[in-house]
Amino acid sequence: MWDYIKLIALGLVAVLAAIAAGYARDLAYQVNAVEVMLAAAIAFIWVLRTMGSRQPVAQNEYFDGVVRAGVIATTFWGVVGFLVAVIIAFQLAYPALNFEWAQGYLNFGKLRPLHTSAVIFAFGGNALIASSFYVVQRTSAARLFGGNSLGWFVFWGYNLFIVLAATGYILGATQSKEYAEPEWYVDIWLTIVWVAYLLAFLGTIFKRKEPHIYVANWFYLSFIVTIAMLHIVNNLSIPVSFFGSKSVQVFSGVQDAMTQWWYGHNAVGFFLTAGFLGMMYYFVPKQAERPVYSYKLSIVHFWALIFLYIWAGPHHLHYTALPDWASTLGMTFSVILWMPSWGGMINGLMTLSGAWDKLRTDPIIRMMVVSVGFYGMSTFEGPMMSIKAVNSLSHYTDWTIGHVHSGALGWNGMITFGMLYFLVPRLWAREGLYSLKLVSWHFWLSTIGIVLYAASMWVAGIMQGLMWREVDSQGFLVNAFADTVAAMHPMFVVRGLGGVLYLTGGIIMAYNLWMTVARQPRVESRSVAAVPAE
Amino acid sequence: MSKRPSKHKHEVETTGHQWDGIEEYNNPLPKWWLWTFYACVIWGIGYSIAMPAWPIFKSGATPGIMHSSTRANVQADIDKFAAANKPIQEKLVSVDLDQISSDPELNNYTQNAGAAVFRTWCAQCHGAGAGGNSKLGYPNLLDSAWLWGGTMEDIHFTVTHGIRNETDPDGEARYSQMPAFGTDELLEPAQIDQVVQYVRKISGQDHDEAMATEGETVFMDNCSACHAEDGTGDQMQGAPNLTDAVWLYGGDVDTLTYTVTNARFGVMPNWNERLSEADIRAVAAYVHSLGGGQ
Repeated sequence: MWDYIKLIALGLVAVLAAIAAGYARDLAYQVNAVEVMLAAAIAFIWVLRTMGSRQPVAQNEYFDGVVRAGVIATTFWGVVGFLVAVIIAFQLAYPALNFEWAQGYLNFGKLRPLHTSAVIFAFGGNALIASSFYVVQRTSAARLFGGNSLGWFVFWGYNLFIVLAATGYILGATQSKEYAEPEWYVDIWLTIVWVAYLLAFLGTIFKRKEPHIYVANWFYLSFIVTIAMLHIVNNLSIPVSFFGSKSVQVFSGVQDAMTQWWYGHNAVGFFLTAGFLGMMYYFVPKQAERPVYSYKLSIVHFWALIFLYIWAGPHHLHYTALPDWASTLGMTFSVILWMPSWGGMINGLMTLSGAWDKLRTDPIIRMMVVSVGFYGMSTFEGPMMSIKAVNSLSHYTDWTIGHVHSGALGWNGMITFGMLYFLVPRLWAREGLYSLKLVSWHFWLSTIGIVLYAASMWVAGIMQGLMWREVDSQGFLVNAFADTVAAMHPMFVVRGLGGVLYLTGGIIMAYNLWMTVARQPRVESRSVAAVPAE
Repeated sequence: MSKRPSKHKHEVETTGHQWDGIEEYNNPLPKWWLWTFYACVIWGIGYSIAMPAWPIFKSGATPGIMHSSTRANVQADIDKFAAANKPIQEKLVSVDLDQISSDPELNNYTQNAGAAVFRTWCAQCHGAGAGGNSKLGYPNLLDSAWLWGGTMEDIHFTVTHGIRNETDPDGEARYSQMPAFGTDELLEPAQIDQVVQYVRKISGQDHDEAMATEGETVFMDNCSACHAEDGTGDQMQGAPNLTDAVWLYGGDVDTLTYTVTNARFGVMPNWNERLSEADIRAVAAYVHSLGGGQ
């Protein structure tokens, strides 16, 4: 019965997408419509061919298939995102790499949102969805809610969103909102997928067999709920045509800017901080085989973090058309946010006390420690940069870029790598990783890459800020803008080299994970059955 | 439990919960963490009293006891410099253009102010160092070759009204147009090749002597009206001197052939609507002083 409903729905989507492609007013919309049509057609054929032959879902086992797919997607998008990163880093250092033949498609302006979306939403998003599905099942001792269909719908739906967004960027469909570039129909699709994600996650928590909800799940849930709210409000817009990609924002002027940075800042706060803290709270104690340092601290810093973060957005708009009172609000809450952020760092690092010896032998633990360390550093740097006096120097400079990357490469990247190294042998029931030595190589390449990146951008950003504000005794600017660009060239090259190291580490990881699945002997003892801990 | 947990980690109790093998210690909040958090909160309250912070329905927000305003601060900064520079700017616009460089005070001022104006408005095309861009046809302002004249008067007029634009409110933008000898079929391709060789000859470059001889006739019939019979150009019409080694777009055979075939039409904006007379005078004096001023 369900299969027939699915077939009708998928067939309908494919036909409507074909019609939309025919009436399309612009290329981006047309290509997106064709992609939707193909996705629906493939799903249609798959449902048709497997009708009646699919195995019933084994309710006493965890649903790990979707997590395996998520792990593969995370690794793939990670390498893609890092590769685009290296390309655009060198495009900035050597503008000639914006090739004449690729103008309008592969120049910096088109590739930059492709890079940010690939690393944040494709790499980070798949890591969050995969790890949250793994963690919520293990810590609830329950199979993922919604059978296999809901989990697979979330995975494939989310990755379709990524493909739609990415091809849209290259062909020129954008709302011009940072980190919220996808146009209206892609936003609507993501909303549907996100509600399904919330349903799968909440459903699993509701049917848990453990008496309490583990701290990692608080963070994951706050991430899912808040992202839904941010996504919907910041993307309120009216399409110009039902058959075109262009839409008009509901808000305008400073209200639009404020909504955008309320969204943008909390995308960092709830996607890249709360979500990844959920990851940290499961994988660090698991890998260290130590209890979490303080339950009390986890409660207090959780509530403080989610209450405070949501107010801090205005610090992205210091010294703009934003009223002074809103600036004060953003700055005050950002500074107060410092300790709640550090609560997660303390809990992560102190969980390792008593297991410090593992730093010598376990490169995965080393990765997690560096990750938590960079988390602490960037959550100190953030509040500091939100202080107006500091911001007047740092705003619009590459210091901001450096800050973001010490968080993204250091914290998000490294904890995700640790998570992948932890999960792959378990998900594919393999006897450990293919090579710990390669993990060590990955660790050092990434760490040195981050240091090169962050250090060069500190120098570049502070120099840029000082050159911009330099005036002579009569109040005249001393430097032309082009002078600051020329002065930053060496730092841009160093940043690009840091990116090359990080990309190399990512490729080594992909190879190591591949070989783990392909070469390592199978073991049968890994836990796949859903049983409560006690 | 009233007793403080011992520092020895093995004696701290866990909460008793367990999830997939993960337990949690019942450690208290770290004291330094808690007190730093409190300190930040107290500072936050204090800061919001000192600065504009609490929005009030329909009437903005509390001004804060320090009455700070970023807009007022930046306006005060601008006013301060404007007031300090006012006397010298008044003097600058009142003197004859030729006297600016001989007055030490004015000369010093125009060097700083003119350079700042140049970096902000002119560097985009002419380069931060005023060296121009021969690939895109933006003139080098450092040499002594001038298209429309290099006296103080000439430069001031060019900056004020611009070149070949249609936006100058006085309608006085400098104007001239070279015919597109190839695309408008005024010359045969062979004639263009010949005249290019002639231009190579008068500019002292390698050339085909036979073609150049033919090209001389073509030049005299078609080009000399503007570029003069000896090819030294005419600043009244912005016709470049073709005999020096200075090229706006390039002196190689390909570029010259392209130029003669399609012609060029470089445009410069009029700055009289965006810059004050004092700023225009300052930047004109600055450009005049760069090396080539006449």
